Amino acid sequence: MTDTTEAPPQLPVEPGDATARRQSLGPAATAAVVVIAAAVAAILAAVGGNAPLAPWGVAIVGLLLAGATGTGRLWLPASPLLRHLLLAVVAFGFLLLFSDHVSAFGNYEIAQVAYFAVAVAGLSVLMGHSGQLSLGHGALMAVGAYAVAILMGHQPHVPIVVALLFGIIVTIAVGGVLGVAAARLHGPYLAGVTLTFALAIPEIATHYRSVFGADTGKPVRTLGVPGWLSTTFPPEKWLAWVCIGGALIALVLLANVVHSGRGRRVRCVRDDEIAASLAGIEVGRAKVLAFVVSAACAGFWAGVVSPGAFALTLSLSLVTAMVLGGVGSLVGAVWGAIALVFVPKYSDSISKHFSLSVATKNNLPLAIYGAVLILAILAFPYGIQGGLRRLARRFHLTYRPLEGR
Amino acid sequence: MHQFVNLTLGGVTSGVIFASVALALVLIWRSTRVVNFAQGAMAMFTTYIAVSVIDRHWSYWAAFFVALAAGLVLGAVVERVLVRPVESGPPLNAVILTLGVFIVLEAIVPMIWGSKNRTYPPHFSIIGYKVGSTHYALSPFDLFTIVAVIVLVTALFLLFQKTDLGLRMRASAFSPEVSRLLGVRVGRMLTLGWALAALVGSLAGVLVPPSTLTSLTPNYMDPFLIFGFTAAILGGLDSPIGALVGGVALGLGLSYVGGYLSTDLETLGALVILIAVLMVRPEGIFASTRQRRV
Repeated sequence: MTDTTEAPPQLPVEPGDATARRQSLGPAATAAVVVIAAAVAAILAAVGGNAPLAPWGVAIVGLLLAGATGTGRLWLPASPLLRHLLLAVVAFGFLLLFSDHVSAFGNYEIAQVAYFAVAVAGLSVLMGHSGQLSLGHGALMAVGAYAVAILMGHQPHVPIVVALLFGIIVTIAVGGVLGVAAARLHGPYLAGVTLTFALAIPEIATHYRSVFGADTGKPVRTLGVPGWLSTTFPPEKWLAWVCIGGALIALVLLANVVHSGRGRRVRCVRDDEIAASLAGIEVGRAKVLAFVVSAACAGFWAGVVSPGAFALTLSLSLVTAMVLGGVGSLVGAVWGAIALVFVPKYSDSISKHFSLSVATKNNLPLAIYGAVLILAILAFPYGIQGGLRRLARRFHLTYRPLEGR
Repeated sequence: MHQFVNLTLGGVTSGVIFASVALALVLIWRSTRVVNFAQGAMAMFTTYIAVSVIDRHWSYWAAFFVALAAGLVLGAVVERVLVRPVESGPPLNAVILTLGVFIVLEAIVPMIWGSKNRTYPPHFSIIGYKVGSTHYALSPFDLFTIVAVIVLVTALFLLFQKTDLGLRMRASAFSPEVSRLLGVRVGRMLTLGWALAALVGSLAGVLVPPSTLTSLTPNYMDPFLIFGFTAAILGGLDSPIGALVGGVALGLGLSYVGGYLSTDLETLGALVILIAVLMVRPEGIFASTRQRRV
C-alpha cells in the first residue's frame, strides 16, 4: 500500500453539462450498450458453446454495462433509492431466469460470485470512499463464519436467518474494535495492522481448539431447500437464489449509504482530514463508520461458506478483486468478484490442455493467475470499471461526472 | 534464567533477519512509496539460484555471492520493467503488481526446481556454543547471521551518507522534481534503490533456511515477509534505523511470547505489540513529524 493520505485513489472525474447532453444522447447510448452487450454475450456463447444462454447473457451483461457506463441514469428515476431498488429488482428477475439455464455447478458459481461481490464491495467502499486499506477482510469473514458455526453448534434448531444475522452482528462488533484502532492510522500502517490481524485470527482458532475445532473447523448445517418448493428442486439453485437476493439487498444498502450525507462526509475525510474537521465533521466517527459498514459486508455471507478456508490468501484475493474491478465502485466489485471466481477456473482448464510434468501442471494455474493480474494492472490502471467509463466517455455515451459510485 | 538467555539469543538472531527484510522494504518505500510484497518471493528465488550453484559443488561463498548478485539484478529488472509503468497510476496499483510478481515467482520456482523440498547447507556449525556444561542457543551460524547483517547495514549506511551516489539517491527519494532539475538521473536512482533493497532481501533469503531449520519450499519466506513488514511499521517505514530496532524488538517479543506462552500465539503477540506501539506513535517509533498544509 502506498501513502493514501497524499494521493486519494479515485476514478477520473469529468465535469460536464448534464442536462444538455441528456436529451441528445439517450437513444444512441441505449443502442450502443445493447450492441456491445450482444457482442459480449455472443462471444461468451461462442466460447462456452452454449447457445441458449445467449439472450440471458445479453440482458445481464447489458445491465452491468449500463451501470458501468452510467447510461442507466438516462432513463431511470432521479431518486437514488428508487433507482437502486428498480435496478436490483430487474437484476434479480434476470438472474433467477438465468439460473434455470445453467448446470448445478454453474449455480454454485453464481452463488460464489454473489457473496464475493458483497465482500469486495464492502472493501471497495472502505478503500475508495474513506481511503483506508484493509488487508484483514478475509479474517473478518472468518470471524462471521465462526460465529455462525458456534451458534449452530449450541442451538441446532435456530433458523438460518437468525444465525446469519448473528454472524453479521459479531463481525460488526469485531470490525468496530478494529476500526477504532484503525482510525488513527494511515496508509501502510493500517495495512500492516490488518495484515497481522489476518494472520492472528486463524492462530486463535488453532490455539483454543475446544471452542473453534482447530484446523478441521466446525461443521455447519447447509442451507436446506424450504418446504414450499418441490422436493426435486436442486439445492444449488436455491443457494444461488438466496445468495443473489442477499447480495442485491446488500448492494442496494451500500449504494444508498454511499449516496447519503454520511457517505459525503466520509469522502470529505478521505480528501482532507484537517479541512473536514474544520468544517465540523467528526473525523474519527466517519472513519469508524466506513470500517463498520465494510466489516458488515465481510460478515454478510460468511455463514454460507464453510469456515477454515480463510487464509491470508483470501484477504489478498479480495484486495486484488477490488483493484481489478475498480476501486470505489460497486459495479466494479461485481466485475472483480466475477474475475475472482472465473480466472482461476479458466487458468485451470487451460493448463489441463497441455501435457506437462506434474510440478509444472500443478503450478501453471497460479502462474497464469499472477500473469493475468500483472497484465490487467498494466492495461487497466483504474480497473475494469475505470476502463469502461473511459471508453464510454470517449464515445460520449455518458453524460455525468461519475464521482465514486 | 537459562531459558531467558536462550530466548533472548534466539530472539536477536531471528530479529536481525526480520530487520534485514524490514530494511529491504524501507529502502523501497523511501524511494518509490511502494510496499514490495514480492520481496519475500524475490529472496526465495535468489536462494534457489544459490542452491543450484551449490548443486554444482561450488563453494558456499560462491553461492552466497551469486545469490546477492542475483538479487541486485532481479530488483533492478522488476523496478524497470514492471513497477515503472504503473508508478504514475493510482498508488495501490504498484502494490497489486508486486502481489502479482509474488504469485508468479512462487508458481515458477517449482516448475524450474521441482516441488521436492530442498535443504540449504550452512557453512558454519548450527550447534549452540557451550559455556561450562550448558548449551546456549547461539551457534556459530547465528553469529555469522548477525555479523553479516551488521556488515551489510554498515556498508549501506556508508554508501548513503558518505558517497556522492548515496547523496543523489537520497535526494531523488526526498524530492524527485528538484533532483531532476539539478541533473540527477532520478529513474536510475530508483532502479538502483530497488536493486540494493533486493540485495538486502536476498541476504535474508540465504540466512533463513539454516538458522531457523526450515527446509527450502517456494513459500518459506512468507512469514518473514510479514514479520519484516510488521517490524518496518513498528520502527517507522521511513527510517532504516527504525527497521533495525523494530526487527530486533519484534524478534525478542515473538521469542518471549513463544517461549513463555505458546508458539501458537506468536502472531497474536505481534498484533498486540504493533497495536500498542502504533496507538502511542501512529507512524512508528522513529517517525519524524511532518508538516501538512491544509
